Amino acid sequence: MADKIIKKADLPALLSRLLDHYRVYAPVRHQGMTNFQEISAADQVDLSHVNTTLSPKSLMLPQSESMFEFTLDRTSDQVGVLREIEKDFSPRIIFGIRPCDAKSFQLLDLNFDTPTYRDPWWVKRRQSTTLIGLGCNDPCSTCFCTSVGSGPFSTDGLDILFIDAGDEFAIQTVTEKGEQTFSKVEIGAEGSNATTDAVLSVQERALKLMKSAVHSKNLKDQDEKALFEADFWDEVQFGCINCGVCTFVCPTCWCFDIQDEVHKGNGIRLRNWDACMFPLFTLHGSGHNPRAQKLQRVRQRFMHKLKYFVDKYDVGVACVGCGRCVQQCPVNIDIRHVFRLMNDLGA
Amino acid sequence: MEQIKEKIIRIARRLLVEKQVDAVLGFQRGTIPMMSQPILIREPEQVDRLHWDSFCAANLATYLPQRRDRVAVVAKGCDSRNIVLLTLENQIRRDQLHLIGVPCQGMVDRRRVLAKLNGREPLAVSETSEHLSIKGEAFEETLKRTEYLRENCVICTHRNPVIYDELVADLTPEQSDLDRYQDIHAVETKSADERWYHFEELLAPCIRCYACRNACPMCYCPTCFVDESNPQWLGKSVDSTDTKTFHFLRAYHLAGRCTDCGNCERACPLGIKVRQLTKKLEKDIKDLYDYEAGLSLEEPPPLDTYRPDDPQEFIR
Repeated sequence: MADKIIKKADLPALLSRLLDHYRVYAPVRHQGMTNFQEISAADQVDLSHVNTTLSPKSLMLPQSESMFEFTLDRTSDQVGVLREIEKDFSPRIIFGIRPCDAKSFQLLDLNFDTPTYRDPWWVKRRQSTTLIGLGCNDPCSTCFCTSVGSGPFSTDGLDILFIDAGDEFAIQTVTEKGEQTFSKVEIGAEGSNATTDAVLSVQERALKLMKSAVHSKNLKDQDEKALFEADFWDEVQFGCINCGVCTFVCPTCWCFDIQDEVHKGNGIRLRNWDACMFPLFTLHGSGHNPRAQKLQRVRQRFMHKLKYFVDKYDVGVACVGCGRCVQQCPVNIDIRHVFRLMNDLGA
Repeated sequence: MEQIKEKIIRIARRLLVEKQVDAVLGFQRGTIPMMSQPILIREPEQVDRLHWDSFCAANLATYLPQRRDRVAVVAKGCDSRNIVLLTLENQIRRDQLHLIGVPCQGMVDRRRVLAKLNGREPLAVSETSEHLSIKGEAFEETLKRTEYLRENCVICTHRNPVIYDELVADLTPEQSDLDRYQDIHAVETKSADERWYHFEELLAPCIRCYACRNACPMCYCPTCFVDESNPQWLGKSVDSTDTKTFHFLRAYHLAGRCTDCGNCERACPLGIKVRQLTKKLEKDIKDLYDYEAGLSLEEPPPLDTYRPDDPQEFIR
């Protein structure tokens, strides 16, 4: 099962060797919250978290991305030209990403890397990044990855998976990209039967700890209009304060807005995260807003994730079960409850 | 807590059955420990869903602006003060409201409890008047309730509702002789450069999700200045000047209108102490006008009023 093992005590040395070849991003604890950051030394990494407060989405889709620059100076020969702003696509590693978050990148590929449209920066970031995952020995009570096509030790979307097996990590190489990483950087010894037993036991334990499950099998066959017009939205939306917390912490919320910012005749074109929770997201130039009401905006978020996405791509829901929105919504709007309402409508 | 809950349910049932109100605004038990959900009950058969515990911290006044119906509201001290302000600012009429007053013992800060548990997940939390009992997968812990209150509740001097139509418990003694502004003094004594650095650090984690604004009962502008697009006042990126502009302007807009209910800080997913900004202005208003927001239906916030006989020259 495990290709290799590494003693936990040797992890800092491994990270240091990775830092010789790659930019490395890993969970770092700061002011009581753990989030992904670029590290410069192995001792910055903190793996004691259940999952990061924010998803690692921003590493692939920055919250604010400077795409182009331009000038409004009519005397310049560059007027009217959008020049691409240079970005760093040198090889990098995201270390310690959870399987649910790795799966989210695969779902976002469906939007940013399609036969018709290829978002160049998304694609280049994906290509230049090796994902080294860390299995979840202790899923929390709001995790429901196992019922949305992932799991605490799923290798979907990962290049390498580390599993905490007591005094050592068992390492599973998943892709060719993962193999290439370890051809550059020497890692530990071959796994043994004892490691395999230890891994099996943590996996079994983790699955027992999973307390949440959602049902989604009826979503595809549900009538879109019936869901749209369902009575339950009135109650689902009541408590919502229409902040963007759920969408900003969500690994699969991918919506953005494009803005020009001009200062003294020079401008940049930015792509910023935006969200269906905000009225401005859908405000037309005419002043009309097709989603002027809170109910419409709340409904959109769930319909997109649990119905439109399901119908359009046929690969399940646009949710990886990380539970961040459940933990962080200030008014306890719980997507697991909305799964139930939508899946069970008419049953 | 259980008695308060039962009393809220009894009152809600009576009000709905007698058709004194169209709906009751209260809380239902959350789907995760130490959390509750604001809920609007319209049918007497539904009143048993109403709940009360130390985690009903959200300010229900947030749901009131522009309501047209007659609604009963479960109101702590802070909720009631914000209702006073919303009434003064013509967002709701007093005669539309029936206030079910709850003398408050301070609400517990879920984040403080989680920090204490240090990664161990609480699966069930129960409470007595003195203690919280927390059960997890392989642990049980009893915490002293008063040590885990929200920071704004620790320094609250108006725990009793300032207006109400009926009470669910006897009024509680108010806290006095405490310094509400310790953290503000600490910032005030810094040099200008140090203060600037302090604000940079304070607001650096902000992701501009606007949860603080949306949670605020006094942030009810039909279009917030950050959402104006024609003209656009503020950049949409995570530029630190834009982020600071948002926070500072929002705080100024709340000068004399903030009750320090803490709903902003509670909603922030990054745990930013945004109350530092509003509290500084609260302190200034207290120093300059001897005014505390939301204590009286007769006294509008000082910056909302104009008097022709104002003694100061500049205004004439």
